[in-house]
Amino acid sequence: MDKTINITLKIWRQKNPKTKGNFETYPLKNISIESSFLEMLDILNEQLIHEGKEPVVFDHDCREGICGMCSLYVNGHPHGPDEDVTTCQLHMRKFKDGATITVEPWRSAGFPVIRDLMVDRTAFDKIIQAGGYVSVNTGGVPDANSIPISKINADEAMDSASCIGCGACVAACKNASAMLFVSAKVSQLALLPQGRIEAAHRAKAMVAKMDELGFGNCTNTGACEAECPKNISISNIARLNREFLTAKIKD
Amino acid sequence: MTTINSKIPEGKLSEKWSEYKSHQKLVNPANKRRLDVIVVGTGLAGGAAAASLGELGFNVLNFCIQDSPRRAHSIAAQGGINAAKNYQNDGDSIYRLFYDTIKGGDYRAREANVYRLAEVSGNIIDQCVAQGVPFAREYGGLLDNRSFGGAQVSRTFYAKGQTGQQLLLGAYSALSRQVQNGTVKLYTRYEMLDIVLIDGRARGIIVRNLTTGKLERFAAHAVVIATGGYGNTFFLSTNAMGSNGSAAWQCYKKGAYFANPCFAQIHPTCIPVHGEFQSKLTLMSESLRNDGRIWVPKNKEDAEAIRAGKLKPTQIKEENRDYYLERRYPAFGNLVPRDVASRAAKERCDAGYGVGSTGLAVYLDFSDAIKRLGVKTVEARYGNLFQMYEKIVDENPYETPMMIYPAIHYTMGGIWVDYELQTSIPGLFAAGEANFSDHGANRLGASALMQGLADGYFVLPYTIQNYLADQIQVPRFSTSLPEFEAAEKAINDKIHKLMNIKGKRSVDNIHKQLGLIMWEFVGMGRNKEGLQTALKEIKEVKREFWSNVRIPGSGSDLNTEMEKALRLADFIEIGELMAYDALHREESCGGHFREEYQTEDGEALRDDRKFSYVACWKYTGDDKEPELLKEDLNYEYIKVQQRNYKS
Repeated sequence: MDKTINITLKIWRQKNPKTKGNFETYPLKNISIESSFLEMLDILNEQLIHEGKEPVVFDHDCREGICGMCSLYVNGHPHGPDEDVTTCQLHMRKFKDGATITVEPWRSAGFPVIRDLMVDRTAFDKIIQAGGYVSVNTGGVPDANSIPISKINADEAMDSASCIGCGACVAACKNASAMLFVSAKVSQLALLPQGRIEAAHRAKAMVAKMDELGFGNCTNTGACEAECPKNISISNIARLNREFLTAKIKD
Repeated sequence: MTTINSKIPEGKLSEKWSEYKSHQKLVNPANKRRLDVIVVGTGLAGGAAAASLGELGFNVLNFCIQDSPRRAHSIAAQGGINAAKNYQNDGDSIYRLFYDTIKGGDYRAREANVYRLAEVSGNIIDQCVAQGVPFAREYGGLLDNRSFGGAQVSRTFYAKGQTGQQLLLGAYSALSRQVQNGTVKLYTRYEMLDIVLIDGRARGIIVRNLTTGKLERFAAHAVVIATGGYGNTFFLSTNAMGSNGSAAWQCYKKGAYFANPCFAQIHPTCIPVHGEFQSKLTLMSESLRNDGRIWVPKNKEDAEAIRAGKLKPTQIKEENRDYYLERRYPAFGNLVPRDVASRAAKERCDAGYGVGSTGLAVYLDFSDAIKRLGVKTVEARYGNLFQMYEKIVDENPYETPMMIYPAIHYTMGGIWVDYELQTSIPGLFAAGEANFSDHGANRLGASALMQGLADGYFVLPYTIQNYLADQIQVPRFSTSLPEFEAAEKAINDKIHKLMNIKGKRSVDNIHKQLGLIMWEFVGMGRNKEGLQTALKEIKEVKREFWSNVRIPGSGSDLNTEMEKALRLADFIEIGELMAYDALHREESCGGHFREEYQTEDGEALRDDRKFSYVACWKYTGDDKEPELLKEDLNYEYIKVQQRNYKS
């Protein structure tokens, strides 16, 4: 039998974007430390359904840390106290017996709450739509090996491209800035010859869209990098700033 | 008697696709703007199709259940994507990829489709590189490759252990560009609940807006289903929690044939099950078998001591380890196809050599690779997978072997489609894992990404025009037509019925019961008696579900329990058809292993004389037996033989 713990959950409940939310307290007993955080919430929901109450609504899908759907603010940290993981990869072995665990949604003007712990992140899609791509149509492209790319650049582009679009960077930032998200995409494409051609336009368009959607400014606190489950580096933000300034000077 | 017409073009295998494209009908640019296409799903197939159709100028409506198209479960594919580029000069060719895929699928796939897949595979890599997908590269700046199961060449392109993510983000960026250009309209957090037919053609869908809980209607000239597979019938699988078979199932109930439902892939390298509360199984990429060696103890006493926690795997000497894949399959070793590797693991565990606390696990060991290559190289190749393993299991795979066990991963079966990816309902197309087309009875690793993108970028944008060219005179349909009214009413009735059961058990609780039945009787080893038991027990689950499920909240508001209930209602019926199909197929092939039909050394024994066909099931009514239609498989370019991975 696995080791189990007893915990107290303080969970944000909110019926819809218009109503005021509040914390509800739920005690949970005999939770296996081998279970994941979301499995623990499954157990809570099973209990709530059994009691005839409405389950806690939260976003989740792949449960292996790659889809970016899960988005819980646990004990004051986006994706909880463990490092380099999404909420779905957080396990109960990280908590002590008798612990009180506070669970909130992402809090940002850019991500309005839909219900309970579920928020609306379509703003991120809109930022990508503003320019987060290389403008090529399907077909008629050159052979994949026709343009060699240095391994260093390819690897660095891959590191930037690892962003899962979860929004933890925004949730972690006191200004609710989306700079880490935007800079990761701008960097990935700026590092590759395929993306260079539109680099200036992309940087300007994505930053303008981010501002328009109500995300804040970057004041270099580094909180985004510290909380990012995929270790996206703030050096991306430096690169975005360079791309953005160069583009503006050219104007 | 209905006959099956798969519309395979005449001519030589290698020329069929170019011949088709040369003679198919096209739609001129002015007419494209007036034609609406619904694409359900935003994964590799759906996202690529929506983007490509938008680029061509069609008016596309694209739906997904997640909050963003970028979250489709294609994102979780780890290892890579196959393409017959022969960049490694190791003897690869279109024919060889075609041959490996047909053989890997145990001679149950259609030659013409698979050849086309191999033919366009190279274009996919070109396309993705042009989009800025950061594939792994060599120091000279050219693309790197790795090997995958069932092949003797290195043709797999990869982006660390996140290839699916990068390819999906490529398709997502192309899609986002079309949204910006106004050719694609996105509907996120929408779930398709039914397909609407007018005069026998697919003309629209009914969806539930998951944020408001309200039903909405959408009309179009054609509908594309790209909603993935139905592996979650088993409750525990490597699929995402939301992955479901409902869109495909509604098509089946409206007359689309469902092909080879029993062909499900069990992936050999997943993190083993550990408790009742478990919600899903996590895959460890097949690419790990490039360098990891699979073994169990040679002596039963050692296995028992390990299970009791008295012995550690690192304490077992080399001579006391049984590298059973290398022993049984010297030619392919640890890189045998998935079905073979899964069954071999089950065989060892059933015989009492399994490890872990449950005995349902085998080791995947990197100590040799670390000795040979060094920690740094191993970390560069698999670092993110090792990290994922450590976070879940709390053990360091650099120091102690990983524990793995097979789990449901992918479904080769799906909606039947012809060469044009059109289902048996005119105007209804199916792409990606949702269709049955290319993998036969077993899919090779790194081929799902290839097929999804081939369908979405390079096949459907052509073939759908051959249909739409005849639709240019058809005006846009009103969604107030009686067909839409009736479909919406039927769903409302179903939701109302579910809300009023007010039983005692949660959806997940009943789903777990279904999953256990499926795993026990319709899983890795199947037999007649077990399948009959499964059919009986699934009927009981159905009765239990419709009389004892409890769904809190309201049916016409955001309600995640209602979403799950609607999916489970379909999973139960899908499970039933899977068992039914498995019972009828009295042979073993690929992922379908009937214990009664095996060779002396335990390999799958096909019966080509009786079962060399695609089983197409036609819906005949609730609780009525479906009708079986057969599409015969004729092999003109490949000699059908017993699969051999030994020599």
